[in-house]
Amino acid sequence: MSNKIATAGNTGKKVRSDCFVTLELRDSGGIELELKSKVQVMYGDSNIELCKDVLSFYGIENAKLVLEDSGALPLVIAARIEAGVKELIDTDKEYLLDLIGENKYTSEKEQFRFSRLYLPGNTPSMMLNAGIHEPNGIILDLEDSVAFTKKKEAQLLVRNALRGINFYGAERMVRINQFPKGLEDVKYLIPHNVHMLLVPKCEGADQIQELEQKIEKIKKEYNVTNPVYLMPIIESALGVERAFEIASASENVVALAIGLEDYTADLGVKRTNEAVESFYARTRIVNACKATRIQAIDSVFSDVGDMEALKENVKVSKGLGFEGMGCIHPRQIKVIHESFAPEVDEIEKAKKVVNAFIDATERGLGVVSLGTKMIDPPVVKRAEKTIHLALSLGLIEENWRDEFSN
Amino acid sequence: MKTKYANLVKNAVGRMVPTEVNGEKQVPFQGIGKYKPESRKYGPKIASCADYPEDGNKQVASLKEALIKAGLKDGMTISTHHHFRNGDLLANQIFDIAKELGVKDLRWVPSASFPCHEHLIQYLEDGTIHHIEGSMNGPLGRFASHGKMKGMGVLRSHGGRYQAIQDGEVKVDITIIGAACADPFGNANGLYGPSASGLLGFALADSQYADKVIVVTDNMVPFPCSPWQIQGNYVDYTVEVEQVGVPEKIVSGTTQITKSPDRLLLAEMTAQLCLEAGIIKDGFSFQSGAGGTSLAVGDYFAKIMREKNIKARFARGGSNKYLVSMLEEGLVDYILDGQTFDLKGVQSMADNPNHVWTSPFTSYNYHGKGNFAGLVDVVILGATEVDVNFNANVVTHSDGLMLHGIGGWQNCLFSKTVILPIPLFRDRIPVILDEVTTICGPGELIDVIVTERGIAINPKRTDLIEALKDSDLPIKTIQELKEEAEKICGKPAKPKFDDELVAVIKWVDGTIIDAVKKVKS
Repeated sequence: MSNKIATAGNTGKKVRSDCFVTLELRDSGGIELELKSKVQVMYGDSNIELCKDVLSFYGIENAKLVLEDSGALPLVIAARIEAGVKELIDTDKEYLLDLIGENKYTSEKEQFRFSRLYLPGNTPSMMLNAGIHEPNGIILDLEDSVAFTKKKEAQLLVRNALRGINFYGAERMVRINQFPKGLEDVKYLIPHNVHMLLVPKCEGADQIQELEQKIEKIKKEYNVTNPVYLMPIIESALGVERAFEIASASENVVALAIGLEDYTADLGVKRTNEAVESFYARTRIVNACKATRIQAIDSVFSDVGDMEALKENVKVSKGLGFEGMGCIHPRQIKVIHESFAPEVDEIEKAKKVVNAFIDATERGLGVVSLGTKMIDPPVVKRAEKTIHLALSLGLIEENWRDEFSN
Repeated sequence: MKTKYANLVKNAVGRMVPTEVNGEKQVPFQGIGKYKPESRKYGPKIASCADYPEDGNKQVASLKEALIKAGLKDGMTISTHHHFRNGDLLANQIFDIAKELGVKDLRWVPSASFPCHEHLIQYLEDGTIHHIEGSMNGPLGRFASHGKMKGMGVLRSHGGRYQAIQDGEVKVDITIIGAACADPFGNANGLYGPSASGLLGFALADSQYADKVIVVTDNMVPFPCSPWQIQGNYVDYTVEVEQVGVPEKIVSGTTQITKSPDRLLLAEMTAQLCLEAGIIKDGFSFQSGAGGTSLAVGDYFAKIMREKNIKARFARGGSNKYLVSMLEEGLVDYILDGQTFDLKGVQSMADNPNHVWTSPFTSYNYHGKGNFAGLVDVVILGATEVDVNFNANVVTHSDGLMLHGIGGWQNCLFSKTVILPIPLFRDRIPVILDEVTTICGPGELIDVIVTERGIAINPKRTDLIEALKDSDLPIKTIQELKEEAEKICGKPAKPKFDDELVAVIKWVDGTIIDAVKKVKS
């Protein structure tokens, strides 16, 4: 056995909720553990148990393991040790902690996707409280926010986060790596109730189809029945030209997003606040989405300090036909929700539709109609969501139906 | 040799506390408002003008000379104040001089200590200082937690410190008052000069009751130094030095509201709760500290008040630029300030008659005929731990180390509504426990715990529960919050202590509410 040393995780003065693992496999001498922890008094003993358990799971009997802990949760420590082990031993075995009950909800094709909060896939401290800010979705990012050398350990951390961190009802998304590398990420995600994969720098329907095949294979293998939706991100001139083709590549493609940093780089122009340079790309993508009846999602707004500019940005975005945008800071969520919020006439129409639906149900009618017009179930569904959203944003009162009773 | 402590008994919150500390008799905590001493206040010696310079010039050449003239000797009680915060240059010099003079076994009574006082650990080790009575922040607290201090630490609130000096529990032999501005007669204030910090309230009791009073400044002005926050008629000696403090460490150039999304959320929830509970209404009053979350609460208050056209009658400081801008905008009529945290606050106190300086006597002293803390409608405070009975801790961490002082925290618990916005866990350390490590405040005075994952209202506050029963805020029981934290973090093991005690925590009436044990090294 070689005496190679593996490391995983992060350490340093500013690091929180993470740990750094140094693992050395030895030929003899049993297990030597060295723990330095900010929470030694409270969790020293349970951390030792966890370290021993992971090593024994992989059949490691002789090794030195150094754990520098900055208050990491067990799911983080376990991911870091597993990453260390897998650097030294070739194994497919996965050390899995419980998929907590709170993480078993599903998502729907039609749901609102106003905000989706990006979370760097190798930074546990940002994941823990992400859900409390109530974004529509959270994105555990394996792509640009993860350093090249940290890609493998991030896969394990994201997997464990999907199982063990409560995101309080947010749609659970992961941005995989760029095709074809992203194909390797999929097996760490699909069995763990991921709702949606974001496919960066997507340039063709063939990429989506190959990804889908891979997903299907893993779904069968792990007996996963819930759908896994896809949101391709268009970030190049070629991608823009093929937007319609990508949007129609699969019924699981429920939204297209645009990534303006890379797109403007591809054009060789500067990204401006006015965004004239990306007008064509944005309208083209919106059009492709409307043509295929899926959601068009805008890029992130990167000035996290300027809420007024963000508000303006969302207004323009909504005006072009986008139905959501990315967030890189939790404080952007509320502004985005308020700015994408349904407008007065939109709410009024939804009220009429929902009221007609409730009336029809109460009267035992199978068909909902408004005046002489029949209303399709998806329209009712959408209207219900609008009402729900208007309620949750405080735009209408709980007793809004009172106005229909007289 | 005085015994460190003796005769442990169980007090009214069920904690074992000594009835003798550093050789002095102590009263265990008996319940809120239960202990009422029958004696008279401490009387300082009567002075005669005949013993003081006719021209009013009490200036001596150096701090050393002043200390010698004041009669510095073994076993004395020396007091200082924290107006210069982590920029204080005086306390270290005082004990350098004591060491040089070979004086031993001093009792140091600071109104608070800061990391800059780590320098004094050598004097705790060599016996120059016997023990500290006052908040021990950071390095000094760590030192005491390991049982290395010769005497017992005694921690008091700002109000409790005034009470202890007034009641004669602590007889100060020499007090050294660092002032931003003073005259040779001893009149002094904290308003003007390079070391300006706003006010000198923490030194008031010492000036009134200490045997010898020394005022030290780096900005000596001809008589009269006005306003005289400290009255020269109490002062024995004045000293002019090159520098009393490091300005940039005294007040920050500009305080900043937190950018942490989690803390902003806590602040927003807290303000929303106050609005829905009907606390934010015309003529109300509030106190919110200078911590990141507290500043943000004030800012959310301002937003709500602007929107709803509500004015507050007064806000209690720690003041800062945000509070000052509320005063200037007319959102509050008065700031009653206990300490000033930034330059804007100092400036406002000097210029604006509605920005009023206060002292622990007016604000916090429990052995007085009322105090301002009880008049405040809502106070926003912090805590290191809270337990399922709403008892809270501000002095020790969950690993048992004593790292913070009490400040005005205990005194503020008498406000009409006490809200603690705190994260449910910090770096895997749950904040809500079965039992706090150290009880600094009894649960019956703590009304609401706001965490990012839910809000717990003390069952005693049926009025708040009723007012918030239809709220969309995530209201839960404190037990549910505790379980939620443990579900995420795992159940924490309790810290391991030696049986030996290292410090006692005084309640606002001078009784002992809890004792701090030595941590196992």
